[in-house]
Amino acid sequence: MKALSLRNLRKTYNNGFEALKGIDLDVEAGDFFALLGPNGAGKSSAIGIISSLVNPTSGSVSVFGHNLKTEREKAKSCIGLVPQEINFNQFDTVKAIVFNQAGYYGMPRKLALQRTEYCLKQMDLWDKRDSVSRRLSGGMKRRVMIARAMVHAPKLLILDEPTAGVDIEIRRAMWKLMKEVNEQGTTIILTTHYLEEAESLCRNIAIIDQGKIVENTDMASLLARLNLDHFVLDLAESVTAMPHLQGYHVEQISGKVLNVAVPKEAGLNQLFNQLSAQNIKVMSMKNKTNRLEQLFMDLIESKPVSANP
Amino acid sequence: MNHLIAFKTIVRKEIYRFLRIWPQTLLPPAITTALYFLIFGKLMGDRIGTINGATYMDYIVPGIILMSVISHAYSNVVSSFYSTKFQRNIEELLVAPVPNWVILAGYVSGGIARGLLVGVVVALISQIFTDIPVNNAMIAVSSAILTATVFALAGFINATLAESFDDISLIPNFVLTPLSYLGGVFYSVDMLPGIWQKISLGNPILYMINSFRYGLIGITDIDVQLAFAMTGGFILLLTLTSLILLHKGIGIKN
Ligand SMILES: Nc1ncnc2c1ncn2[C@@H]1O[C@H](COP(=O)(O)OP(=O)(O)OP(=O)(O)O)[C@@H](O)[C@H]1O
Ligand SMILES: [Mg+2]
Repeated sequence: MKALSLRNLRKTYNNGFEALKGIDLDVEAGDFFALLGPNGAGKSSAIGIISSLVNPTSGSVSVFGHNLKTEREKAKSCIGLVPQEINFNQFDTVKAIVFNQAGYYGMPRKLALQRTEYCLKQMDLWDKRDSVSRRLSGGMKRRVMIARAMVHAPKLLILDEPTAGVDIEIRRAMWKLMKEVNEQGTTIILTTHYLEEAESLCRNIAIIDQGKIVENTDMASLLARLNLDHFVLDLAESVTAMPHLQGYHVEQISGKVLNVAVPKEAGLNQLFNQLSAQNIKVMSMKNKTNRLEQLFMDLIESKPVSANP
Repeated sequence: MNHLIAFKTIVRKEIYRFLRIWPQTLLPPAITTALYFLIFGKLMGDRIGTINGATYMDYIVPGIILMSVISHAYSNVVSSFYSTKFQRNIEELLVAPVPNWVILAGYVSGGIARGLLVGVVVALISQIFTDIPVNNAMIAVSSAILTATVFALAGFINATLAESFDDISLIPNFVLTPLSYLGGVFYSVDMLPGIWQKISLGNPILYMINSFRYGLIGITDIDVQLAFAMTGGFILLLTLTSLILLHKGIGIKN
């Protein structure tokens, strides 16, 4: 069963800007899916179309087999959306926001109250239920939107940068929650600019750039494609000349810091053997860049830069 | 899909909204109309005498009640729906399985509720100054409801098309208020010179005020059936326009 299926989805905004240039995408039910791409790539435009906030120019969307055009209400009932920007009434209380949303989904009052309480507790917002939402912090507002999106227990949860501007403790809590929700069977589509977040949470991934899908695969095989690992070595003592290390590419950052590119098949043993042989003592070592970040940059940079923002 | 629950949710939210800000929504019409009754009805009315057999006070009470219904039904929907659009919480409705006609019915019902509640408040205040004998309650109540519906719908269309806060005060100030005053709140069209009588007949509010006045005090310048037919026609026209705007997503979708 496909949770989401996009076919040749196009969007040209009224000002003539073509934000989506024919997108095809499938997300399997139960997946934890990352939709990545640089600013302005078209992620939110695609999400807007899927969640009925933006009219597509052409193409089709189907959600759990329900075509968005012909079975709109059924398709909508399957989706919970956490939009990129705050969009609730800032004068309403936290509880009213979540409870009213349950009502819009046709949930009877008693059940709606139960679900509201459950979702607010999950988001650690139950204490704030009677606060006017305008007075919440940015991170809390974001959690209100997550609680609101989950109140009708959607089968497909779409989160457009839910962790932007959220502190690390709460971000961790959100990751845990998203994992749990996914394990309980909810399909999740996540957009984020924190690539390590996508790497650790998501099983499948699509990268979109300038309105086109430039990569769509599973996380493991994407990462396997990386054939170089970059490490930063901190040395005990300064080296004056750059050490020669057979089979590795070395770059000297400062007297005591080296950058080493390690080919996948080479491994690290040879590197340390050679360092020991040259009497270079390594105090510590860390992975230089996030692996996904490296791939991401390669994919995006290989594209010509368009004149459009 | 349970649309009734969605409808009730919108209406309840709308009613809470204007009750919560009652010093802005219910108090001002109470004060303004009390002054109208005092100044026009009491102080000046005693010198004006009677119109078509009614005291001037009794003559203006229905018009002033209905004028309040009109302006509050309109302004409730225009300000509420515009701010829903402006704050983007309209998106909460757009993502949910709520058909457009339920959105429209919900907001319009909120406007009708506010219009009628203000109408009742003004009617109660009028009782301080005079004792209105209700001629035909059915006609009075139904014309008040239909009138509130017309202007709640008009407010909805205004909010949909509005792009700034200026746009939502333009119509009330430059169209609604003048048309209400010229719709025979304070006078009978029979008192106007010939040509102005004809021009007045192009004013929809004239029909509504007269049928409501007939319901309360049994006096009208216009055939009441014609008035109902016109009001019904407006409701149909405005409902269709609103649904087309919503369907095309004008003002609310990209
Ligand atoms: N209403 C609009 N009218 C015109 N152009 C728009 C509109 N909304 C978005 N765009 C343009 O469409 C492109 C894609 O925008 P979109 O919001 O989908 O990007 P995104 O991938 O979500 O970016 P970000 O990571 O910054 O959120 C951008 O160039 C943007 O300027
Ligand atoms: Mg975006």
